[in-house]
Amino acid sequence: MDTFEKRLVVALAIFAIGMVIHFTEAVDEKAQFFIFLAAYLIGGYDVLVTALRNIAKGQFLDEKFLMLIASVGAFVIGSWQEGAAVMLFFQVGEWFEGRAVRTTRQSISDLMDIQPEYANLVKDGEVVRVDPEEVQIGDMVEVLPGEKVPLDGSIVDGRSSLDTSALTGESVPRSVGPGDEVFSGSVNVSAKFRMCVTKEYEDSTVSKVLELVEDSISRKAPVEKFITKFARYYTPAVVFSAVLVAVIPILLGYDPETWIYRALTFLVVSCPCAVVISVPLGYFCGIGAASKMGILVKGGNYLEALAHADTVVFDKTGTLTEGRFGIDSKEAVGCTEDELVLMAAMAESGSNHPIAISLKKECKEGFDYSRIGASEDRPGRGVITEIDGDRIAVGNRKLMDEVGAAPTAEDGIHTVVHIAKNGAYMGKITLSDIIKPTSAETVRELKENGIKRTIMLSGDAKPIGEEVASKIGLDEAHCELMPADKIAYLEKIIQDKAEKSNVVYVGDGINDAPSISRADIGVAMGGLGSDAAIEAADVVIMDDAPEKICTSIRLARRTNFIVKQNIVFALGVKFLILALSLFGIANMWMAVFGDVGVAVVAILNSMRCLRTSIYEKK
Amino acid sequence: MKVVLKLEGLDCANCAAKIEKAVSKIQGVEDVNVVFMTQKLSFTTESEDVDALVEQISKESMKASSDVKSVRRIK
Repeated sequence: MDTFEKRLVVALAIFAIGMVIHFTEAVDEKAQFFIFLAAYLIGGYDVLVTALRNIAKGQFLDEKFLMLIASVGAFVIGSWQEGAAVMLFFQVGEWFEGRAVRTTRQSISDLMDIQPEYANLVKDGEVVRVDPEEVQIGDMVEVLPGEKVPLDGSIVDGRSSLDTSALTGESVPRSVGPGDEVFSGSVNVSAKFRMCVTKEYEDSTVSKVLELVEDSISRKAPVEKFITKFARYYTPAVVFSAVLVAVIPILLGYDPETWIYRALTFLVVSCPCAVVISVPLGYFCGIGAASKMGILVKGGNYLEALAHADTVVFDKTGTLTEGRFGIDSKEAVGCTEDELVLMAAMAESGSNHPIAISLKKECKEGFDYSRIGASEDRPGRGVITEIDGDRIAVGNRKLMDEVGAAPTAEDGIHTVVHIAKNGAYMGKITLSDIIKPTSAETVRELKENGIKRTIMLSGDAKPIGEEVASKIGLDEAHCELMPADKIAYLEKIIQDKAEKSNVVYVGDGINDAPSISRADIGVAMGGLGSDAAIEAADVVIMDDAPEKICTSIRLARRTNFIVKQNIVFALGVKFLILALSLFGIANMWMAVFGDVGVAVVAILNSMRCLRTSIYEKK
Repeated sequence: MKVVLKLEGLDCANCAAKIEKAVSKIQGVEDVNVVFMTQKLSFTTESEDVDALVEQISKESMKASSDVKSVRRIK
């Protein structure tokens, strides 16, 4: 307990004794007055001092000044209990507000606890601890188990697994080995490794993320701007009304004490602090919760815009699909499917083409490179490689014609690789861009959450694009679009949208940056390690999980809802108390609740935005 | 040039709004943004003498809200 808290406790205790005495009438009125005055002064003398100092500076209408008038006024007309209560509970409210704000600040910085404190720099064979900012590109850094990766780089020596949950929200550790890229802010889980630094600290992922979160808070949502503006007029208006409430009836000859009491009640609810504080607090908590889940929202304004989204436009490759080839189907003629894949993979083993890589991936057991002989490239057709002395041709139809093999069926819409052995047809492998496992679920969930249109824009051939779209369950697919066409299409979608609703565009941020910035809300996926994506988007999803689009929208809606709840609740209660006290129904006790109670409730309500567990899968 | 100040002690959203309004009136100071959650005030300026501006801003901030205990430049 600090001195302020101690003082407040003492003052509240005296106040409580005073109330007991007041109801039991143990001592006379005069003695009661001194008890309440003592509680008042102990609890609120600092408010009095500041208020008087502000008056000297010419600052009226300050909340402390208003509390001073209200409480002193109550004492003057003989309502000592109320006078003391107004001041003490005002102080309780201040204490609570300060505490709530500090707690929130702390929990946000805990959420964002990704800042590395040091780096183990390897220099002349020795390991020295240095500030990450001192490390330069090309330096070698050692990372021990349990430590944070201090800078971005690539592994030179050692294997381990990394926990990237603080960056991406993904809790499954990622295994890494020599040559793999690692990002600052992830935590080394299992074993020591050494890495070569590829980016300076200020360009590393951790700095980018922290900067982004910091900046996000300064982009205020329209609601917040409105409320600040509202607050500017609210206090003077209430104070002015209080003056009228006191003066007019007295001039008309009514009982001065009753009307002064009512006017003072007005002053007690004249501070809009509850609302003004709960709005930014709500957005702050919402942005914090999103960051914890690996979703970086660049401002409260985007959170508000996202809540009104009703159209989601997706880029296909890399967003809904993995952006790499996977085997769709295999058709072997006179051999097993495994043999077919093995032959194709061995024949293509010298190539780095995406198709070759996918084929190699499919042979999980690996293969004996000594079986592979000379290989000839046939540009635009494929490759012919000698394996165990046989001539294996792997490629398209033209290559089959060349070696005299006859494929059994038409190719269809996808990429097809034909294989022939010494001119005899062995079969074919069909490959296509793999749809992400959660894409269909994401689209379904978006629809459940009231998204009216889900659209895919793709540069792919129509049959392929439409097949993907129908597998995922999208409403519309527009294919064979050049980058410029995508923008034009997006424009059209934005024109067609319903009033007050927003269009979200989701892409990978690399080749669709213009679309991302054109949409009402641009979302980039795979932000981890991609500066372009982080730069361009309003919302960055750190990993490649499309389902987080849905999470973002749900979080945005919930945050917005809580913020609105607070505004309606706080202003509703205040106006109600104003109206009731005008007719003498509400008293100063109710006004104290209307001020402090409302602030406490609104703040606690705002802090609910911090919860992330409700977005988890059941 | 973008300057960021830390307003130590700022704990009230209403005060933040008041400070923002007061500081916006200072000549040579543009795009003032006060965020009470992070206790930060940012602004842009083309003035050569940033220190003098900071001095003036800190005076205005403390005048607008008695909660502000100190003003420190962090960027």
